[in-house]
Amino acid sequence: MALTLTDVSRIAHLARLELSSAEQATMLEQLGGFFDIVERMGAVDTRGVEPLYTPLSAVQAVALRLREDRVTETDDRAANQASAPAVEGGLFLVPKVLE
Amino acid sequence: MSAIPLFAMGVATLGAELAAKRVSSVELAGAMLDRLQAHASLGTALSMDREATLAQARAADARRASGQATALTGVPVAHKDIFVTRFATSRLPSTAGSKMLIGYQSPFDATVIARLNEAGTVTLAKLNCDEFAMGSANENSAFSPVLNPWDRSRVPGGSSGGSAAAVAARLVPAATGTDTGGSIRQPASFCGVTGIKPTYGVCSRYGMIAFASSLDQAGPMARSAEDCALLLSAMSGFDERDATSAERPPQNFHAQMLAPREGATAARPLQGLRIGLPKEFFPAALAADVEGAVRGALRELEKLGASLVDVSLPRTELSIPVYYIIAPAEASSNLGRFDGVKFGHRAAQYGDLLDMYKKTRAEGFGPEVKRRIMIGTYVLSHGYYDAYYVQAQKLRRMIADDFQACFKACDVIAGPVAPTVAWKLGEQGGDPLRAYLADIFTLPASLAGLPGLSVPAGSGAHGMPVGLQLIGNYFEEGRLLHTAHAFQQATDFHLTEPVL
Repeated sequence: MALTLTDVSRIAHLARLELSSAEQATMLEQLGGFFDIVERMGAVDTRGVEPLYTPLSAVQAVALRLREDRVTETDDRAANQASAPAVEGGLFLVPKVLE
Repeated sequence: MSAIPLFAMGVATLGAELAAKRVSSVELAGAMLDRLQAHASLGTALSMDREATLAQARAADARRASGQATALTGVPVAHKDIFVTRFATSRLPSTAGSKMLIGYQSPFDATVIARLNEAGTVTLAKLNCDEFAMGSANENSAFSPVLNPWDRSRVPGGSSGGSAAAVAARLVPAATGTDTGGSIRQPASFCGVTGIKPTYGVCSRYGMIAFASSLDQAGPMARSAEDCALLLSAMSGFDERDATSAERPPQNFHAQMLAPREGATAARPLQGLRIGLPKEFFPAALAADVEGAVRGALRELEKLGASLVDVSLPRTELSIPVYYIIAPAEASSNLGRFDGVKFGHRAAQYGDLLDMYKKTRAEGFGPEVKRRIMIGTYVLSHGYYDAYYVQAQKLRRMIADDFQACFKACDVIAGPVAPTVAWKLGEQGGDPLRAYLADIFTLPASLAGLPGLSVPAGSGAHGMPVGLQLIGNYFEEGRLLHTAHAFQQATDFHLTEPVL
Protein backbone atom coordinates (compact mmCIF):
# COMPACT_ATOMS: atom_id res chain seq x y z
CA MET A 1 0.00 0.00 0.00
CA ALA A 2 1.67 3.19 -1.24
CA LEU A 3 1.97 6.28 0.94
CA THR A 4 0.55 9.56 -0.33
CA LEU A 5 1.39 13.20 0.34
CA THR A 6 -1.77 13.35 2.46
CA ASP A 7 -0.37 10.54 4.65
CA VAL A 8 2.97 12.35 5.02
CA SER A 9 1.20 15.53 6.04
CA ARG A 10 -0.96 13.67 8.57
CA ILE A 11 2.04 11.83 10.10
CA ALA A 12 4.02 15.07 10.33
CA HIS A 13 1.12 16.64 12.21
CA LEU A 14 0.95 13.67 14.62
CA ALA A 15 4.74 13.91 15.11
CA ARG A 16 4.52 17.68 15.70
CA LEU A 17 6.94 18.43 12.87
CA GLU A 18 6.48 21.33 10.49
CA LEU A 19 7.59 20.18 7.03
CA SER A 20 7.74 22.41 3.96
CA SER A 21 6.11 21.05 0.81
CA ALA A 22 9.56 20.33 -0.64
CA GLU A 23 10.48 18.38 2.51
CA GLN A 24 7.21 16.48 2.32
CA ALA A 25 7.90 15.46 -1.27
CA THR A 26 11.42 14.22 -0.40
CA MET A 27 10.06 12.42 2.65
CA LEU A 28 7.39 10.71 0.55
CA GLU A 29 9.99 9.39 -1.87
CA GLN A 30 12.36 8.17 0.87
CA LEU A 31 9.64 6.57 2.98
CA GLY A 32 8.25 4.90 -0.13
CA GLY A 33 11.61 3.23 -0.83
CA PHE A 34 11.88 2.15 2.78
CA PHE A 35 8.40 0.65 2.99
CA ASP A 36 9.10 -1.44 -0.13
CA ILE A 37 11.58 -3.35 2.05
CA VAL A 38 9.23 -3.39 5.03
CA GLU A 39 6.52 -5.12 3.03
CA ARG A 40 8.73 -8.27 2.94
CA MET A 41 8.00 -8.73 6.65
CA GLY A 42 4.35 -9.40 5.86
CA ALA A 43 5.23 -12.58 3.97
CA VAL A 44 6.43 -14.34 7.14
CA ASP A 45 3.90 -16.43 9.03
CA THR A 46 4.17 -15.28 12.64
CA ARG A 47 0.97 -16.81 13.96
CA GLY A 48 1.46 -17.98 17.52
CA VAL A 49 4.78 -16.11 17.98
CA GLU A 50 4.99 -13.90 21.06
CA PRO A 51 6.35 -10.39 20.34
CA LEU A 52 9.79 -9.77 21.92
CA TYR A 53 9.43 -6.30 23.41
CA THR A 54 12.54 -6.46 25.59
CA PRO A 55 15.44 -8.69 24.59
CA LEU A 56 16.32 -10.50 27.82
CA SER A 57 12.81 -11.95 27.96
CA ALA A 58 13.97 -14.23 25.10
CA VAL A 59 15.79 -16.36 27.68
CA GLN A 60 14.57 -15.39 31.15
CA ALA A 61 11.50 -14.13 32.95
CA VAL A 62 11.69 -10.34 33.11
CA ALA A 63 9.56 -8.69 35.76
CA LEU A 64 9.01 -4.99 36.15
CA ARG A 65 10.92 -3.81 39.17
CA LEU A 66 9.31 -1.40 41.60
CA ARG A 67 11.53 0.74 43.75
CA GLU A 68 10.89 1.46 47.38
CA ASP A 69 8.71 4.54 47.78
CA ARG A 70 11.12 6.95 49.43
CA VAL A 71 12.76 10.27 48.63
CA THR A 72 15.96 9.76 46.65
CA GLU A 73 16.47 13.10 44.90
CA THR A 74 16.90 16.52 46.39
CA ASP A 75 15.33 19.61 44.86
CA ASP A 76 17.72 21.49 42.60
CA ARG A 77 15.42 23.69 40.59
CA ALA A 78 18.13 26.12 39.43
CA ALA A 79 20.28 23.36 37.91
CA ASN A 80 17.28 21.57 36.45
CA GLN A 81 15.98 24.74 34.77
CA ALA A 82 19.39 26.00 33.63
CA SER A 83 18.73 24.89 30.05
CA ALA A 84 15.05 25.82 29.82
CA PRO A 85 14.18 28.22 26.98
CA ALA A 86 11.85 30.41 29.07
CA VAL A 87 11.54 30.46 32.86
CA GLU A 88 10.02 32.96 35.28
CA GLY A 89 9.89 32.65 39.04
CA GLY A 90 10.88 28.97 38.83
CA LEU A 91 8.08 28.20 36.36
CA PHE A 92 8.36 27.09 32.74
CA LEU A 93 6.74 29.57 30.34
CA VAL A 94 4.64 28.46 27.35
CA PRO A 95 2.34 30.40 25.01
CA LYS A 96 -1.12 31.12 26.39
CA VAL A 97 -3.32 28.01 26.10
CA LEU A 98 -6.53 29.30 27.76
CA GLU A 99 -8.35 32.51 26.87
CA MET B 1 59.86 8.88 30.99
CA SER B 2 59.58 5.78 28.87
CA ALA B 3 61.02 5.51 25.40
CA ILE B 4 57.67 5.24 23.62
CA PRO B 5 55.47 8.34 23.55
CA LEU B 6 52.53 8.52 25.96
CA PHE B 7 49.94 8.73 23.19
CA ALA B 8 51.10 5.35 21.84
CA MET B 9 50.08 3.60 25.08
CA GLY B 10 46.75 1.96 25.77
CA VAL B 11 44.79 1.74 29.00
CA ALA B 12 46.57 -1.26 30.57
CA THR B 13 50.05 0.13 29.77
CA LEU B 14 49.17 3.60 31.06
CA GLY B 15 47.79 2.04 34.24
CA ALA B 16 51.15 0.32 34.77
CA GLU B 17 53.12 3.51 33.97
CA LEU B 18 51.00 5.49 36.43
CA ALA B 19 51.34 2.79 39.10
CA ALA B 20 55.12 2.75 38.67
CA LYS B 21 55.08 6.58 38.94
CA ARG B 22 56.91 6.90 35.64
CA VAL B 23 54.30 9.46 34.64
CA SER B 24 51.76 11.53 36.56
CA SER B 25 48.12 11.83 35.63
CA VAL B 26 48.51 15.61 35.24
CA GLU B 27 51.42 15.19 32.84
CA LEU B 28 49.49 12.57 30.88
CA ALA B 29 46.27 14.59 30.72
CA GLY B 30 48.16 17.70 29.56
CA ALA B 31 49.91 15.78 26.78
CA MET B 32 46.68 14.18 25.57
CA LEU B 33 44.76 17.50 25.63
CA ASP B 34 47.52 19.05 23.48
CA ARG B 35 47.34 16.16 21.05
CA LEU B 36 43.53 16.35 20.78
CA GLN B 37 43.81 20.06 20.04
CA ALA B 38 46.62 19.59 17.51
CA HIS B 39 44.41 17.18 15.55
CA ALA B 40 41.12 19.03 15.94
CA SER B 41 40.71 18.96 12.15
CA LEU B 42 39.60 15.30 12.40
CA GLY B 43 36.42 16.61 14.03
CA THR B 44 36.41 14.10 16.88
CA ALA B 45 35.93 16.41 19.90
CA LEU B 46 32.80 18.52 20.38
CA SER B 47 33.88 20.13 23.65
CA MET B 48 36.83 20.24 26.05
CA ASP B 49 37.41 21.92 29.43
CA ARG B 50 41.14 21.97 30.07
CA GLU B 51 40.93 23.27 33.64
CA ALA B 52 38.38 20.68 34.72
CA THR B 53 40.42 17.89 33.09
CA LEU B 54 43.57 18.96 34.91
CA ALA B 55 41.67 19.26 38.20
CA GLN B 56 40.43 15.69 37.75
CA ALA B 57 44.01 14.59 36.97
CA ARG B 58 45.34 16.29 40.11
CA ALA B 59 42.69 14.49 42.16
CA ALA B 60 43.77 11.19 40.55
CA ASP B 61 47.40 11.85 41.45
CA ALA B 62 46.40 12.68 45.03
CA ARG B 63 44.34 9.49 45.24
CA ARG B 64 47.29 7.46 44.02
CA ALA B 65 49.59 9.15 46.56
CA SER B 66 47.16 8.11 49.31
CA GLY B 67 47.26 4.49 48.12
CA GLN B 68 43.63 4.39 46.92
CA ALA B 69 44.21 3.99 43.18
CA THR B 70 42.33 1.50 40.97
CA ALA B 71 43.64 0.08 37.66
CA LEU B 72 42.01 3.06 35.92
CA THR B 73 42.91 5.92 38.26
CA GLY B 74 44.50 8.72 36.26
CA VAL B 75 43.85 7.09 32.88
CA PRO B 76 42.45 9.67 30.44
CA VAL B 77 39.34 8.78 28.43
CA ALA B 78 36.75 10.66 26.39
CA HIS B 79 33.01 10.21 26.18
CA LYS B 80 30.60 10.00 23.31
CA ASP B 81 28.41 13.07 23.60
CA ILE B 82 25.33 10.90 24.01
CA PHE B 83 26.14 10.49 27.72
CA VAL B 84 25.11 13.42 29.88
CA THR B 85 27.87 14.87 32.05
CA ARG B 86 27.23 17.17 35.01
CA PHE B 87 27.89 20.72 33.83
CA ALA B 88 28.81 21.96 37.30
CA THR B 89 31.78 19.53 37.35
CA SER B 90 33.15 20.17 33.86
CA ARG B 91 31.82 22.87 31.58
CA LEU B 92 31.01 20.36 28.87
CA PRO B 93 27.58 20.63 27.26
CA SER B 94 25.67 17.40 26.55
CA THR B 95 24.39 17.71 22.98
CA ALA B 96 23.74 14.27 21.44
CA GLY B 97 25.22 15.80 18.29
CA SER B 98 22.00 17.79 17.85
CA LYS B 99 21.16 21.43 17.31
CA MET B 100 18.25 20.69 19.65
CA LEU B 101 20.67 20.44 22.60
CA ILE B 102 23.30 23.09 21.80
CA GLY B 103 24.77 24.24 25.11
CA TYR B 104 22.60 21.87 27.18
CA GLN B 105 23.82 21.84 30.79
CA SER B 106 23.10 18.50 32.41
CA PRO B 107 22.37 18.62 36.14
CA PHE B 108 23.75 15.07 36.61
CA ASP B 109 26.17 12.45 35.30
CA ALA B 110 25.09 9.33 33.40
CA THR B 111 25.68 6.19 35.51
CA VAL B 112 28.40 4.98 33.10
CA ILE B 113 30.20 8.33 33.48
CA ALA B 114 29.75 8.39 37.27
CA ARG B 115 31.21 4.87 37.57
CA LEU B 116 34.25 5.69 35.42
CA ASN B 117 34.75 8.87 37.45
CA GLU B 118 34.58 6.82 40.65
CA ALA B 119 37.28 4.51 39.26
CA GLY B 120 39.40 7.62 38.71
CA THR B 121 39.43 8.08 34.94
CA VAL B 122 40.07 11.59 33.69
CA THR B 123 37.69 13.09 31.09
CA LEU B 124 39.46 14.69 28.12
CA ALA B 125 36.50 15.63 25.91
CA LYS B 126 32.99 14.93 24.73
CA LEU B 127 33.14 13.24 21.35
CA ASN B 128 31.26 13.81 18.13
CA CYS B 129 28.51 11.39 17.04
CA ASP B 130 25.54 11.12 14.74
CA GLU B 131 22.58 13.18 15.91
CA PHE B 132 20.84 11.21 18.70
CA ALA B 133 23.09 8.27 17.66
CA MET B 134 21.13 7.85 14.41
CA GLY B 135 23.52 7.07 11.59
CA SER B 136 26.27 4.82 10.30
CA ALA B 137 28.81 7.39 9.09
CA ASN B 138 28.83 10.28 11.57
CA GLU B 139 27.59 12.47 8.70
CA ASN B 140 24.39 13.18 10.64
CA SER B 141 26.13 15.20 13.36
CA ALA B 142 24.62 18.70 13.49
CA PHE B 143 28.09 20.12 14.16
CA SER B 144 30.61 18.59 11.77
CA PRO B 145 31.45 15.31 10.12
CA VAL B 146 34.29 13.23 11.60
CA LEU B 147 37.12 12.23 9.25
CA ASN B 148 38.54 8.71 9.21
CA PRO B 149 42.19 9.03 10.32
CA TRP B 150 43.21 6.27 7.86
CA ASP B 151 41.92 8.35 4.94
CA ARG B 152 40.43 11.77 5.56
CA SER B 153 38.20 11.50 2.52
CA ARG B 154 36.37 8.60 4.17
CA VAL B 155 33.81 8.33 6.97
CA PRO B 156 34.74 6.85 10.38
CA GLY B 157 31.46 4.94 10.64
CA GLY B 158 28.78 5.73 13.15
CA SER B 159 27.14 6.57 15.27
CA SER B 160 30.14 6.44 17.66
CA GLY B 161 32.37 7.86 14.89
CA GLY B 162 34.13 10.44 17.05
CA SER B 163 35.02 7.76 19.61
CA ALA B 164 36.39 5.35 16.99
CA ALA B 165 38.38 7.99 15.11
CA ALA B 166 39.86 9.48 18.29
CA VAL B 167 41.02 6.06 19.53
CA ALA B 168 42.38 5.07 16.10
CA ALA B 169 44.31 8.35 15.76
CA ARG B 170 45.75 7.82 19.26
CA LEU B 171 44.17 11.10 20.43
CA VAL B 172 42.64 9.28 23.41
CA PRO B 173 43.63 5.92 24.92
CA ALA B 174 40.00 4.81 25.02
CA ALA B 175 36.47 6.14 24.71
CA THR B 176 32.92 5.28 25.59
CA GLY B 177 30.43 4.50 22.84
CA THR B 178 26.87 3.32 22.48
CA ASP B 179 25.43 0.72 20.17
CA THR B 180 21.75 0.52 19.16
CA GLY B 181 22.12 -1.29 15.82
CA GLY B 182 25.89 -1.48 15.44
CA SER B 183 27.10 1.97 16.54
CA ILE B 184 30.11 0.62 18.48
CA ARG B 185 31.03 -2.35 16.28
CA GLN B 186 30.77 -0.71 12.85
CA PRO B 187 32.91 2.42 13.56
CA ALA B 188 35.37 0.17 15.43
CA SER B 189 35.65 -1.89 12.24
CA PHE B 190 35.94 1.17 9.96
CA CYS B 191 38.69 2.74 12.11
CA GLY B 192 40.60 -0.40 13.16
CA VAL B 193 39.91 -0.32 16.89
CA THR B 194 38.42 -2.84 19.33
CA GLY B 195 34.89 -2.24 20.61
CA ILE B 196 32.36 -4.31 22.52
CA LYS B 197 28.61 -3.93 22.87
CA PRO B 198 27.70 -5.97 25.94
CA THR B 199 24.48 -7.88 26.50
CA TYR B 200 21.46 -5.60 26.78
CA GLY B 201 21.16 -4.61 30.44
CA VAL B 202 24.86 -4.95 31.38
CA CYS B 203 25.55 -1.19 31.31
CA SER B 204 23.04 1.24 32.74
CA ARG B 205 21.12 3.41 30.29
CA TYR B 206 20.55 6.08 32.95
CA GLY B 207 21.83 9.36 31.52
CA MET B 208 22.35 8.00 28.02
CA ILE B 209 20.26 10.29 25.83
CA ALA B 210 17.64 7.81 24.66
CA PHE B 211 17.28 6.68 21.06
CA ALA B 212 15.67 3.20 21.15
CA SER B 213 15.32 2.03 24.73
CA SER B 214 15.00 -1.72 24.09
CA LEU B 215 18.21 -1.71 22.01
CA ASP B 216 20.55 1.00 23.39
CA GLN B 217 23.67 -0.32 25.14
CA ALA B 218 26.89 1.41 26.21
CA GLY B 219 30.33 -0.11 25.77
CA PRO B 220 34.03 0.72 25.56
CA MET B 221 36.12 1.38 22.46
CA ALA B 222 39.86 1.00 22.83
CA ARG B 223 43.01 -0.40 21.23
CA SER B 224 42.75 -3.93 22.55
CA ALA B 225 40.37 -6.45 24.08
CA GLU B 226 42.32 -6.12 27.31
CA ASP B 227 41.73 -2.36 27.48
CA CYS B 228 38.03 -2.92 26.73
CA ALA B 229 37.83 -5.51 29.53
CA LEU B 230 39.30 -3.09 32.07
CA LEU B 231 36.87 -0.33 31.10
CA LEU B 232 33.81 -2.56 30.85
CA SER B 233 34.35 -3.88 34.38
CA ALA B 234 34.18 -0.31 35.68
CA MET B 235 31.31 0.89 33.45
CA SER B 236 28.90 -1.99 33.95
CA GLY B 237 26.77 -3.39 36.75
CA PHE B 238 23.26 -3.25 38.10
CA ASP B 239 21.70 0.20 38.44
CA GLU B 240 18.31 0.62 40.06
CA ARG B 241 17.84 3.83 38.05
CA ASP B 242 17.54 1.82 34.82
CA ALA B 243 14.35 -0.26 34.79
CA THR B 244 15.91 -2.80 32.39
CA SER B 245 19.31 -3.07 34.11
CA ALA B 246 20.30 -6.73 34.53
CA GLU B 247 20.31 -7.79 38.20
CA ARG B 248 23.62 -9.56 38.67
CA PRO B 249 26.77 -9.11 40.76
CA PRO B 250 29.66 -6.91 39.50
CA GLN B 251 31.79 -8.66 36.89
CA ASN B 252 35.57 -8.75 36.52
CA PHE B 253 35.80 -8.98 32.75
CA HIS B 254 39.58 -8.74 32.83
CA ALA B 255 39.83 -11.89 34.96
CA GLN B 256 37.29 -13.62 32.69
CA MET B 257 39.36 -12.62 29.66
CA LEU B 258 42.51 -14.12 31.20
CA ALA B 259 40.97 -17.34 32.52
CA PRO B 260 42.37 -20.23 30.44
CA ARG B 261 40.02 -22.60 28.64
CA GLU B 262 39.97 -26.21 29.74
CA GLY B 263 42.47 -28.16 27.63
CA ALA B 264 44.17 -25.03 26.35
CA THR B 265 47.91 -24.83 25.80
CA ALA B 266 50.16 -21.82 25.24
CA ALA B 267 50.14 -22.45 21.50
CA ARG B 268 46.44 -23.34 21.36
CA PRO B 269 44.63 -21.03 23.81
CA LEU B 270 41.32 -21.48 21.96
CA GLN B 271 41.43 -25.30 22.01
CA GLY B 272 37.91 -26.68 21.81
CA LEU B 273 36.21 -23.36 20.97
CA ARG B 274 33.51 -23.87 18.32
CA ILE B 275 33.07 -20.81 16.11
CA GLY B 276 29.84 -20.72 14.10
CA LEU B 277 29.81 -19.08 10.68
CA PRO B 278 26.27 -18.12 9.60
CA LYS B 279 26.11 -18.63 5.86
CA GLU B 280 23.94 -15.49 5.59
CA PHE B 281 26.93 -13.45 6.85
CA PHE B 282 28.92 -14.39 3.73
CA PRO B 283 26.55 -13.45 0.87
CA ALA B 284 27.60 -12.77 -2.71
CA ALA B 285 27.25 -9.03 -1.99
CA LEU B 286 30.01 -9.14 0.66
CA ALA B 287 33.01 -7.16 -0.65
CA ALA B 288 35.89 -9.46 -1.60
CA ASP B 289 38.47 -7.47 0.40
CA VAL B 290 36.35 -7.68 3.56
CA GLU B 291 35.71 -11.40 3.07
CA GLY B 292 39.44 -11.96 2.51
CA ALA B 293 40.42 -10.26 5.77
CA VAL B 294 37.66 -12.03 7.72
CA ARG B 295 38.59 -15.48 6.33
CA GLY B 296 42.24 -14.76 7.16
CA ALA B 297 41.31 -13.95 10.74
CA LEU B 298 39.24 -17.14 10.97
CA ARG B 299 42.26 -19.20 9.80
CA GLU B 300 44.27 -17.55 12.56
CA LEU B 301 41.62 -18.51 15.12
CA GLU B 302 41.78 -22.11 13.83
CA LYS B 303 45.55 -22.12 14.35
CA LEU B 304 44.88 -21.05 17.93
CA GLY B 305 42.78 -24.17 18.47
CA ALA B 306 39.26 -23.09 17.47
CA SER B 307 37.14 -25.12 15.07
CA LEU B 308 34.78 -23.60 12.51
CA VAL B 309 31.24 -24.88 12.07
CA ASP B 310 28.54 -23.86 9.61
CA VAL B 311 25.38 -22.38 11.12
CA SER B 312 22.44 -20.39 9.80
CA LEU B 313 20.66 -17.19 10.75
CA PRO B 314 17.91 -17.39 8.13
CA ARG B 315 16.30 -14.06 9.01
CA THR B 316 19.44 -11.93 8.66
CA GLU B 317 18.05 -9.87 5.76
CA LEU B 318 14.72 -9.39 7.49
CA SER B 319 16.55 -7.87 10.45
CA ILE B 320 16.83 -4.65 8.40
CA PRO B 321 13.09 -3.85 8.19
CA VAL B 322 12.53 -5.29 11.68
CA TYR B 323 15.15 -2.98 13.19
CA TYR B 324 14.12 0.04 11.13
CA ILE B 325 10.54 -0.38 12.40
CA ILE B 326 11.31 -1.00 16.07
CA ALA B 327 14.11 1.56 16.56
CA PRO B 328 12.22 4.49 14.95
CA ALA B 329 9.05 3.52 16.85
CA GLU B 330 10.92 3.80 20.14
CA ALA B 331 12.77 6.93 18.93
CA SER B 332 9.56 8.74 17.98
CA SER B 333 8.32 8.15 21.50
CA ASN B 334 11.59 9.05 23.25
CA LEU B 335 12.08 12.22 21.21
CA GLY B 336 8.62 13.47 22.11
CA ARG B 337 10.25 15.14 25.11
CA PHE B 338 11.89 17.73 22.86
CA ASP B 339 9.08 20.24 22.77
CA GLY B 340 10.88 23.52 23.48
CA VAL B 341 9.52 23.76 27.03
CA LYS B 342 11.79 22.18 29.64
CA PHE B 343 15.14 22.14 27.88
CA GLY B 344 16.74 22.52 24.49
CA HIS B 345 15.98 24.64 21.48
CA ARG B 346 12.81 26.72 21.11
CA ALA B 347 11.85 28.43 17.85
CA ALA B 348 12.16 32.21 17.95
CA GLN B 349 8.91 32.86 16.03
CA TYR B 350 5.66 30.97 16.59
CA GLY B 351 1.92 31.39 17.03
CA ASP B 352 0.15 29.12 19.49
CA LEU B 353 1.51 26.20 21.55
CA LEU B 354 1.04 23.63 18.76
CA ASP B 355 2.86 25.91 16.34
CA MET B 356 5.67 26.33 18.86
CA TYR B 357 6.10 22.54 19.09
CA LYS B 358 6.10 22.08 15.32
CA LYS B 359 8.52 24.91 14.54
CA THR B 360 10.82 24.05 17.44
CA ARG B 361 11.11 20.44 16.31
CA ALA B 362 11.43 21.39 12.63
CA GLU B 363 14.37 23.66 13.46
CA GLY B 364 16.04 21.52 16.12
CA PHE B 365 16.10 18.10 14.43
CA GLY B 366 18.15 17.17 11.37
CA PRO B 367 16.83 15.26 8.34
CA GLU B 368 17.68 11.71 9.51
CA VAL B 369 16.11 12.26 12.93
CA LYS B 370 12.96 13.66 11.27
CA ARG B 371 12.80 10.65 8.95
CA ARG B 372 12.96 8.22 11.85
CA ILE B 373 10.38 10.16 13.86
CA MET B 374 8.09 10.02 10.82
CA ILE B 375 8.60 6.25 10.35
CA GLY B 376 8.07 5.63 14.06
CA THR B 377 4.95 7.78 14.29
CA TYR B 378 3.49 6.06 11.24
CA VAL B 379 4.09 2.46 12.36
CA LEU B 380 2.63 3.18 15.80
CA SER B 381 -0.42 4.95 14.42
CA HIS B 382 -3.95 3.55 14.42
CA GLY B 383 -4.47 0.94 11.73
CA TYR B 384 -0.78 0.20 11.13
CA TYR B 385 0.40 -0.89 14.59
CA ASP B 386 -0.33 -4.62 14.14
CA ALA B 387 0.90 -4.89 10.55
CA TYR B 388 4.20 -3.14 11.21
CA TYR B 389 5.15 -2.76 14.86
CA VAL B 390 3.73 -5.99 16.32
CA GLN B 391 4.81 -8.02 13.27
CA ALA B 392 8.36 -6.63 13.68
CA GLN B 393 8.42 -7.58 17.37
CA LYS B 394 7.29 -11.13 16.51
CA LEU B 395 10.04 -11.42 13.94
CA ARG B 396 12.43 -10.14 16.57
CA ARG B 397 11.51 -13.14 18.72
CA MET B 398 12.17 -15.46 15.76
CA ILE B 399 15.58 -13.82 15.19
CA ALA B 400 16.47 -14.31 18.87
CA ASP B 401 15.34 -17.97 18.64
CA ASP B 402 17.51 -18.47 15.54
CA PHE B 403 20.55 -17.43 17.59
CA GLN B 404 19.69 -19.93 20.33
CA ALA B 405 19.49 -22.68 17.70
CA CYS B 406 22.99 -21.67 16.49
CA PHE B 407 24.42 -21.71 20.01
CA LYS B 408 23.51 -25.41 20.28
CA ALA B 409 26.20 -26.04 17.65
CA CYS B 410 28.78 -23.37 18.52
CA ASP B 411 30.11 -21.23 21.37
CA VAL B 412 30.72 -18.00 19.48
CA ILE B 413 29.42 -16.70 16.14
CA ALA B 414 31.80 -14.91 13.77
CA GLY B 415 31.52 -12.93 10.58
CA PRO B 416 32.11 -9.51 9.07
CA VAL B 417 30.94 -6.35 10.84
CA ALA B 418 29.98 -4.51 7.65
CA PRO B 419 29.75 -5.52 3.96
CA THR B 420 32.46 -3.02 2.88
CA VAL B 421 35.31 -0.92 4.27
CA ALA B 422 34.59 2.73 5.17
CA TRP B 423 33.05 4.61 2.26
CA LYS B 424 33.81 8.14 1.08
CA LEU B 425 32.20 11.14 2.75
CA GLY B 426 29.04 12.06 0.85
CA GLU B 427 29.23 8.90 -1.27
CA GLN B 428 25.76 7.71 -0.30
CA GLY B 429 24.32 10.88 -1.83
CA GLY B 430 21.73 11.36 0.88
CA ASP B 431 20.04 8.02 0.16
CA PRO B 432 19.21 6.81 3.68
CA LEU B 433 18.25 3.33 2.47
CA ARG B 434 21.82 2.55 1.38
CA ALA B 435 23.10 3.20 4.89
CA TYR B 436 20.30 1.09 6.40
CA LEU B 437 21.18 -1.88 4.17
CA ALA B 438 24.86 -1.69 5.20
CA ASP B 439 23.84 -2.38 8.83
CA ILE B 440 22.82 -5.95 7.93
CA PHE B 441 25.45 -7.84 9.97
CA THR B 442 25.21 -5.83 13.19
CA LEU B 443 21.42 -5.62 13.47
CA PRO B 444 20.63 -9.28 14.31
CA ALA B 445 22.65 -9.31 17.57
CA SER B 446 21.20 -5.91 18.54
CA LEU B 447 17.64 -7.12 18.07
CA ALA B 448 18.34 -10.24 20.14
CA GLY B 449 20.19 -8.19 22.82
CA LEU B 450 23.33 -10.33 22.48
CA PRO B 451 26.90 -9.14 23.12
CA GLY B 452 28.99 -8.35 20.03
CA LEU B 453 32.58 -7.31 19.56
CA SER B 454 34.62 -5.96 16.66
CA VAL B 455 38.31 -6.82 16.57
CA PRO B 456 40.77 -5.48 13.96
CA ALA B 457 41.40 -8.22 11.38
CA GLY B 458 43.70 -6.52 8.88
CA SER B 459 42.95 -4.26 5.98
CA GLY B 460 41.00 -4.32 2.76
CA ALA B 461 41.00 -2.07 -0.30
CA HIS B 462 42.89 1.26 -0.03
CA GLY B 463 44.52 0.07 3.20
CA MET B 464 41.27 0.61 5.12
CA PRO B 465 40.74 -1.44 8.30
CA VAL B 466 38.41 -4.45 8.45
CA GLY B 467 36.89 -5.77 11.66
CA LEU B 468 35.95 -9.32 12.58
CA GLN B 469 32.66 -9.51 14.45
CA LEU B 470 32.28 -11.98 17.30
CA ILE B 471 28.83 -12.56 18.80
CA GLY B 472 28.32 -14.46 22.05
CA ASN B 473 25.34 -15.80 23.93
CA TYR B 474 23.76 -13.69 26.67
CA PHE B 475 26.25 -12.46 29.31
CA GLU B 476 29.21 -14.14 27.59
CA GLU B 477 31.26 -10.97 27.25
CA GLY B 478 34.12 -12.80 29.00
CA ARG B 479 34.25 -15.44 26.28
CA LEU B 480 34.25 -12.80 23.52
CA LEU B 481 37.03 -10.86 25.22
CA HIS B 482 39.01 -14.05 25.82
CA THR B 483 38.75 -14.99 22.14
CA ALA B 484 39.68 -11.49 20.95
CA HIS B 485 42.56 -11.30 23.42
CA ALA B 486 43.98 -14.64 22.24
CA PHE B 487 43.72 -13.34 18.66
CA GLN B 488 45.52 -10.11 19.60
CA GLN B 489 48.29 -12.02 21.38
CA ALA B 490 48.98 -13.78 18.07
CA THR B 491 48.44 -10.88 15.63
CA ASP B 492 49.41 -7.21 15.42
CA PHE B 493 46.50 -5.74 13.43
CA HIS B 494 45.36 -3.81 16.51
CA LEU B 495 48.80 -2.24 16.88
CA THR B 496 48.93 -0.61 13.45
CA GLU B 497 48.37 3.15 13.52
CA PRO B 498 47.32 5.62 10.84
CA VAL B 499 49.87 8.25 9.81
CA LEU B 500 48.42 11.61 10.83
